[in-house]
Amino acid sequence: MDFAPVIDGFGVVLQPENLLYCLIGVTVGMLIGVLPGLGPAATVAILLPITLTVEPVTAIIMLAGIFYGAQYGGTITSVLLRLPGEASSVVTVFDGYAMARQGRAGAALGIAAIGSFVGGTLAIIGLTFFAPLVASFALDFGPPEYTILAILGILLVASVGSGTLVKALIAAAIGLLLATIGRDGFTGSERFTFDVLQLSDGIDFVPIAMGVFGLGEILYNLEDRHNNTKAPTKVTKVLPSRAELKQSSGAIGRGSVIGFFLGILPGGGAVLSSLAAYAYEKKRSKNPERFGQGAIEGVAAPESANNAAATSSFIPLLTLGIPANATIAVIYGALLIQGVTPGPQLVEDNPDIFWGVVNSMYIGNVFLLIMSIPLIGIFVKILQVRAAILAPITVLITLIGAYTIANSVFDIFLVCLFGAIGYLMKKVGLEPGPLVLAFVLGVLLETALRRSLILFGGDPTGFIGRPISGTLVAILVAVIAFPLIAKLWKSKSKTKEKELV
Amino acid sequence: MTPDHAETTQAEPESVEELVAQWEDEKPPAAGPVTNIATGALVALLGVAGVIGSRSLGLGSASQPGPGTWPLVISVGLILLGLLLVVRARTAGFGEKFSVDSWRVASGLASMIAFTLLIGNIGFEIPAALLAFFWLKVLGNEGWRSSLIGAVLMPVVFYLIFVTGLSTNIPHLF
Repeated sequence: MDFAPVIDGFGVVLQPENLLYCLIGVTVGMLIGVLPGLGPAATVAILLPITLTVEPVTAIIMLAGIFYGAQYGGTITSVLLRLPGEASSVVTVFDGYAMARQGRAGAALGIAAIGSFVGGTLAIIGLTFFAPLVASFALDFGPPEYTILAILGILLVASVGSGTLVKALIAAAIGLLLATIGRDGFTGSERFTFDVLQLSDGIDFVPIAMGVFGLGEILYNLEDRHNNTKAPTKVTKVLPSRAELKQSSGAIGRGSVIGFFLGILPGGGAVLSSLAAYAYEKKRSKNPERFGQGAIEGVAAPESANNAAATSSFIPLLTLGIPANATIAVIYGALLIQGVTPGPQLVEDNPDIFWGVVNSMYIGNVFLLIMSIPLIGIFVKILQVRAAILAPITVLITLIGAYTIANSVFDIFLVCLFGAIGYLMKKVGLEPGPLVLAFVLGVLLETALRRSLILFGGDPTGFIGRPISGTLVAILVAVIAFPLIAKLWKSKSKTKEKELV
Repeated sequence: MTPDHAETTQAEPESVEELVAQWEDEKPPAAGPVTNIATGALVALLGVAGVIGSRSLGLGSASQPGPGTWPLVISVGLILLGLLLVVRARTAGFGEKFSVDSWRVASGLASMIAFTLLIGNIGFEIPAALLAFFWLKVLGNEGWRSSLIGAVLMPVVFYLIFVTGLSTNIPHLF
């Protein structure tokens, strides 16, 4: 492996502008992690217009910072308020809040910050070695491989969402249909434009993401759900003791490894990995009854895991061009808008972007460690800012930002429309994540599918005939079959139990 | 946590199980299977419309896919998934009931549309002030004083950022 571009990447990061945007990104990430309401996907979506004014690498450094910064911030509310700021910090509540009640809030936050730092940094090192490997492997991928890979990505993200599979697939299918609007890339004929001039080039990704994720979430929050917020506990000393550090070092290591590998899988991501890391620690503990009563490993493991996962989820994006989760899908969209297509060629063609973004994560994690240990008091204070004051600010940023994408009022209307759609989807239980992800992959999927069909002369069995796409098809079948088998097995064992009774 | 902080109406949960149960209780009431049936039917209808649209685009064939091939595949998928949701309406997981608070969402959305309609004609400052005031006073239950201060401050700050600072082309009056 050639290390010269890796070193050059640090040169990119250390440019003052990039350092500044990295700092802005992680600070915003930390803030939205602390404030319940907007998640990282919504925030990244809302800030998309700002990224259009800067260099691609600078933009992605900032957006990535928001994503992994939110993993740090989400911990604070979990520990102090028993309110997970982010979905990936839900398990941290169990032991983190118990520790806070025992007066050990500082230690809980400290170990979470250290674990996050270690998990994040280990994952960046893993990313550095692993990503170019995957990319070189994927260089041979043709349209058939990409067809299956895109379907696999959408399916995995849909199957681990919080809703049911049918609903997630519906959301994904709507996303795919929306992606077909506009001029057909093969024949040039207009599809579903209804003679609206603004639709002939298709719907832009930015208004969809800003509307469905951003405004949709803001509107959803207007119905009071966070009504019982309390004043947070005072946090004084944010450093775990030597004994606590020793006790949790194993958990941090194991959490980082679990997080790294689950993060690579599309759909795995930060949420699943924090759950898995917590469950694993509880299982291997000699006295699992301590978990939920303030076991420090119960904070260390999931917090290390969610950061490692947030970092490693960049691997499928940067090497295959397949986003692994909703936030990464928005970052993928940001790259496309900048004229950069993420995929196996990225390492070779744009080493400055690839290594600039990867290496910026080291710096970002150092920033975050400083913010979460010596500066933690400031972020705890921010918890007292009322949601009522933040809401109009985010609305105005979104609406004005929507205008600046293309200086068009039509785009603001689109954002409002998709905001309403995003809200309604949440109300009827359709997750917006699969829709945006499928929309982003829609054009790639259709192009790859049509090229494959032409290649195979219309014979779909051609997908099985090629070694790599055949393997991917096998994985695809396994992913579809596994939940069905698990369900059958479960109902069988249930009837057995009944027989025994 | 000191006692004076524990002002919640509910008791402090003592275990993970209680905490999870409490989260379940705090969840807004779930929408029923009727919502699922309606959603499924709507999705299936969207699929039917998609099929009709795809046919008029030209379906092509498997070896020579036309502009309508892929939309047709998705539309058929939508019909099947929509029908599946109707059939499994009782088990497919529920969304949330529309509550008395839903008017807040409708009025919030209306304020944004009003903002959009006005911005092209009179610039962003006055619509932004009105929107901020509405969201602070009516939707946010803030007091008169802080609402008025916010309604004046926010457009000023946004002006400084977007017009003076970033020099974007956002329509402005001043």
